[in-house]
Amino acid sequence: MTLLSITNLSLAIHSFSILRNITLSVASGEIVAVTGESGSGKSMTALAAMQLLPTGAQAKGHVMLGDRDLLKLPEKDLCGIRGNEIGMVFQEPMTALNPVQTIGQQVAETIRVHHPSVSRQAAHAKAIATLERVGLPVDQFPLSRFPHELSGGQRQRVVIAMAIALRPRLLIADEPTTALDVTTQAQILDLLKRLAKDDNMGLLMITHDLAVVADMADSIYVMRKGEVVEQGQTGALLRNRRHPYTQMLFEASGHKVNLPPAPASSQSLLDVRHVCRDYALPRKALFSKPGAFRAVDDVSFSIRRGERLGLVGESGCGKSTLTRAILGLEQVQRGSITLDGEPVFSQKQPNLSVRRKMQVVFQDPFGSFNPRHRVDRLITEPFHLSSDPPKGADRVNAISQSLAAVGLSPSDATKYIHEFSGGQRQRLAIARALITRPDLILFDEAVSALDVSVRAQILDLLADLCKTYDLTYLFISHDLSVVRTVTDRVLVMKSGKIVEQGATETVFQAPKHPYTRKLLAAAPLLPTLERHVQ
Amino acid sequence: MVRYMLKRLASLCISLAVASLVIFTVIEIAPGDPASFMLGINAQPETLAALRTELGLDASKVERYLSWVGGLLTGDFGISYTYRTPVAGMIAARMWVSLPLAFYALLLSTLIAFPAGVFAAARRGKVGDMGVMGATQLGVAVPNFWFAMMLVLVFSINLRWFAAGGFVGWDKGFWAGVHALTLPAIALALPQAAILARVMRSSLLDVLGEDYMRTARAKGLTTRQTLWRHGLRNALIPVLTIIGLQFSFLLAGSIIIEQVFYLPGLGRLVFQAISARDLIVVESVVMLLVFSVIIVNFLVDLAYAAVDPRLRSRA
Repeated sequence: MTLLSITNLSLAIHSFSILRNITLSVASGEIVAVTGESGSGKSMTALAAMQLLPTGAQAKGHVMLGDRDLLKLPEKDLCGIRGNEIGMVFQEPMTALNPVQTIGQQVAETIRVHHPSVSRQAAHAKAIATLERVGLPVDQFPLSRFPHELSGGQRQRVVIAMAIALRPRLLIADEPTTALDVTTQAQILDLLKRLAKDDNMGLLMITHDLAVVADMADSIYVMRKGEVVEQGQTGALLRNRRHPYTQMLFEASGHKVNLPPAPASSQSLLDVRHVCRDYALPRKALFSKPGAFRAVDDVSFSIRRGERLGLVGESGCGKSTLTRAILGLEQVQRGSITLDGEPVFSQKQPNLSVRRKMQVVFQDPFGSFNPRHRVDRLITEPFHLSSDPPKGADRVNAISQSLAAVGLSPSDATKYIHEFSGGQRQRLAIARALITRPDLILFDEAVSALDVSVRAQILDLLADLCKTYDLTYLFISHDLSVVRTVTDRVLVMKSGKIVEQGATETVFQAPKHPYTRKLLAAAPLLPTLERHVQ
Repeated sequence: MVRYMLKRLASLCISLAVASLVIFTVIEIAPGDPASFMLGINAQPETLAALRTELGLDASKVERYLSWVGGLLTGDFGISYTYRTPVAGMIAARMWVSLPLAFYALLLSTLIAFPAGVFAAARRGKVGDMGVMGATQLGVAVPNFWFAMMLVLVFSINLRWFAAGGFVGWDKGFWAGVHALTLPAIALALPQAAILARVMRSSLLDVLGEDYMRTARAKGLTTRQTLWRHGLRNALIPVLTIIGLQFSFLLAGSIIIEQVFYLPGLGRLVFQAISARDLIVVESVVMLLVFSVIIVNFLVDLAYAAVDPRLRSRA
């Protein structure tokens, strides 16, 4: 039975067209996935189904829930439907909950707002039962917990509990696992699947990651620039991939680069020996000694010149702390980090002559550039560390070379950062890292914020640069498939420790440590890749 | 929560101790011997010495600091150099005007600002918002003594609802006192309300853009319900900060309004004491103001913790 049917939905915000003729339907108990890259309109489709569109949005067409057209219902009736007949789960569990209310209050609110006659006690009892259903038993997670006392995955469970408390007929999940670690993601996806099955609930999943929905959705809609380009039953769609865009998405999500073999060299470049990094915890009492949290615990590894090393692990495992320590941004409590035999941190301050041999590329292509500077100034910033920066024609040459190396034009040097797309900005970040020809580059989740097609291009660029420049880098990522294709060797980190290290292919094909096995099992894979791994 | 309170309380005591030391040192450094000031340049050395002994000025600095602080703790603020009456009594009398006036003005300012800020935020960009924002712009720009004069003109001279100035004293009854402080309180409150309303509006607008507001809408709450149940409390933190700052200002900074309405408040006392080099009065009033600012900050800290559970557990 069709539950939600969207027909010929078009949407414009202030006369700027967002969606064009979207037709989509979800039946009871069916899991429907809408996928596409950023700007494809997938989230707007979800918000249109909830009628929670931004101000200035004008929708045409029909959004039928049963026999009612949501586009024609007055706001008062819509309030009666939201949370009651349609529940919604959002992407960012860290901010989706009100920080000043307990989880019990927030779950009970869904019940009380639709059934004002239900007593406070009854609503609380129901909140307890609902939280139990989503895997937060009351003896471990009392209703009096505040959101900041829970992890990301637990918060997402609370958001789900709020959405399903009244057993809605339809659940809309907008990128529900994008902000979560792979193992948590697998658990949340299982939970959503189970809930949909138990309640015979329709589930509309919005995601940018085809692999996430490949083995759970009944049917998939592929969207691009506000239109549905292809739709079909999951199996058939993934097999046939009729539309070129679907093919491209599919290829890009499992993209394999052609990484040149690492130059045979036994010369060690970076040496990390028994490094520990402690953070002081707040004092328990006024005069007691403050405790410490060991974020990096006795970590040792080295990178040979020309080697591409990967570092994988879930959030909070100490990846970023280790990165900061390697860059000499923070002092370590024990152990030594040396680059070419020189310590990165000496006498309580970073060693600048060592630091100029390293560069870093960060995750966020939007936040990591000063918006008021032009590109030439932005990408020559690393020269500040150098005692003899190139001037005049040399400087212009260096800029042009760097820009050309990352596939941009020398004329881009006079532009400002807002004139570039996310992928181009990440190219600029790489250009900035390359300009001093550093011995070592650190990529800290450098492709995690990019769309799959852009990500594939950046990875290709990286492989090309390896051919030209013999790069040595440390590639830090939570994304296993990316690390697999751009590294020679990989380290797996958990709770501050390196639990496994070895040649990338060996680790991925025959993981030794149970944690590595768990990570690999949890990572969603597209069907063809799945066969490959087995 | 108890830990948080104890921590704040400890920092309050340290602040007070440091403040008293700084004030004492600064007044000590200030040139001029109060005794010679009081007796004039032609005073006999013996008389001067006698007065210095009487005022306790010949003791060592440490002793004088300790006796001053000891006096403050026991309510003995010393004797005014010019009026020859206990400072504590003088300040207490003025406090009975200034403190209620500050509270009254703060109450009015909050009562005006909250609804105005919420109203404007809920109607962002619409006529109502523009009206409120225009009015607050005016409120911030126009000095409070001008409001004071206009209020006197309209309500005292034309309508004859209020007296144009002076204070009847609380012994005439609570409502008579409130009545006498109404015009000054309004004059003080209007500019503060304008600032507070703007802070309230922008803070609420920030909160309205938060993800959890959308979550609340997805639960089926109306826009109004989301605003009141989820928006207001989250928007309160910056507003509390401003309220704390405003109270300190209202307590000591109302000197112009006190002049306009001829009120015997703290501001006028300090003004007169400074003109007469009555340093002991200045010292005590400044210490008292510092004390009240620190107390208000302490209360604001407690209010933060009451509003935001994340602060409670961080302590």
